[in-house]
Amino acid sequence: MMVSKKTLAVAAMALSVVFLLVAPFLFKPYGVFILSTWVVMTIAAIGLNLTLGYAGQVSLAQAAFVGIGSYITAYLTTRGWPFWSTYMLAGTSCFIVGWLLGYPALRVQHHYLAFVTLAFNTLVYLIFRNEEWLTRGIYGIMNIPRPEVLGWSMAKPIPFYYFLLAHLALISAATWALIQSPWGRAFIAVRENPIRALSLGVDTRRYTLMAFALGAGLGGISGSLYAALVQFIDPTPFALGLSLNLLLMVIVGGSGYFFGPFLGAVVAVLLPEWLRFAQGYYLMGYAALVMLLMIFCPTGLLGFADRLLTPKAKSDSGPNPVLPDSAAPQKAAG
Amino acid sequence: MTPVLEVRNLRKTFGGIVAVDDVSFNVNDGEILGIIGPNGSGKSTLFNCILGQLQPSAGEVFLHGKAVTRTRPCDLNRLGVSRTFQLLQIFPQLTVRENLILAGQEHQGTMLSRLFGRRDAGLTGAANQMIEFFRLGHLADEKAGGLSYGQQKLLDAAMAFMAGPRLVLLDEPAGGVNLTMLQSLRERLRAINAEQGATFVVIEHNMEFVMALCTRIVVLAEGRIIAEGDPADVRRNPKVIEAYLGH
Repeated sequence: MMVSKKTLAVAAMALSVVFLLVAPFLFKPYGVFILSTWVVMTIAAIGLNLTLGYAGQVSLAQAAFVGIGSYITAYLTTRGWPFWSTYMLAGTSCFIVGWLLGYPALRVQHHYLAFVTLAFNTLVYLIFRNEEWLTRGIYGIMNIPRPEVLGWSMAKPIPFYYFLLAHLALISAATWALIQSPWGRAFIAVRENPIRALSLGVDTRRYTLMAFALGAGLGGISGSLYAALVQFIDPTPFALGLSLNLLLMVIVGGSGYFFGPFLGAVVAVLLPEWLRFAQGYYLMGYAALVMLLMIFCPTGLLGFADRLLTPKAKSDSGPNPVLPDSAAPQKAAG
Repeated sequence: MTPVLEVRNLRKTFGGIVAVDDVSFNVNDGEILGIIGPNGSGKSTLFNCILGQLQPSAGEVFLHGKAVTRTRPCDLNRLGVSRTFQLLQIFPQLTVRENLILAGQEHQGTMLSRLFGRRDAGLTGAANQMIEFFRLGHLADEKAGGLSYGQQKLLDAAMAFMAGPRLVLLDEPAGGVNLTMLQSLRERLRAINAEQGATFVVIEHNMEFVMALCTRIVVLAEGRIIAEGDPADVRRNPKVIEAYLGH
């Protein structure tokens, strides 16, 4: 059963990659734009999945980091800075701000932490809207240029889509390496049993701050790419709504599953578009679908798939509990 | 010879309640010290104060002669002090092997080398040895949350030994463990004590287990030490009998 689960995952992944590579030729420009949005939101959700899914720290501030990253790139590229420098700056700034936002998490948890991060998101949104000297307020920042890569212009939608896809691939690989490293285990330990983790030498304080900082850093990178994608930003997209939407992506996809954010972003970004045929009712239909999903698979789509594909533990070890005292270690059936 | 652990005039109050009242004792190298006492006598609070999980109100703790009072639990653990908890504490979503690897990983390298360095660094091998030692071999790749209570209890103990600690504080290791497994647990603890020279402090209610395992016993009642000595003496001490049987 383990093998078939793995094979299934690899097959699904291969199909998805092929689809993502040929997709621009199957869709109209609007479709390519929506797919590009999916890529950008997936990156932000991967970040939140590190903070929330792996390290278990509730954050309702991911939109603030996407916003900070967006504004850094928008402000600086329109003043002639090269995209890459603003991209690095967006990532590092959010990493640092995320680290600082992690400090409250060392004192409060769960819904209290949710409120702290919610307040932070609101604060950042108000800065975007009211500090016109910096952000131009509700007028927003226009004509954000798209980058060049080795002299190739990424200005057209299809090249820019591949540009984003390459980012997603690199970020996924880096995140995968991270969660396979001792850090990934330490994050899960902080989520599951911080007191025991602390007594086993895990510096839970440092790992909690790191989980916040890394999640926020990815939010900033996603924001930087978002600014270049939409080329016009104003404060509206970075309000609390986006934070809740990113939270939805992580939970619906499967919190703490590597591919959860990818799938969650499909539900949150692509599904509403596919439901547009229902016209005025599409948002109602979408809401109903999400509610049903959460009722029938509270662990998210991947949690649900995991449960379907994992053989029941009972049938695996036989009807009698195996005592460790038995002379020879017994092998589980199969 | 400097004692492995020295507790000097340790006191802990919660509001008006004195949970640990001026407790002093030494733990010598290689011994298995038992701490017994009726419910609510302050045994677990004492552990938590020694290990930095709680801040003591007064008093000091020395490890190999060095003051470690108020050291954070994670730093204390890296100094070679390990513990288990009264209630089972494992990581249910990790497999048995991953639980053990986690218990060892923070003792190697730095934060950075743990992110960018060699993935394994001998931890898997050490975890497999521990799995064999505690006879959990057939369960190595199972999620720890799916194990039976007794198996989880063994894993819980195994985790405390993963990093080769010099001093191990066990809080009711025998609680809720059935008879056969109890015997096996006692054998394992004895073996680690004899072969690796690890020093133990054990809180336990199961008298038979304590009497058979420990070389010396400290008796707590209402936060104070009321008796100390080898198991046979403590068993006959009238103060101890009174504390257990009531007034």
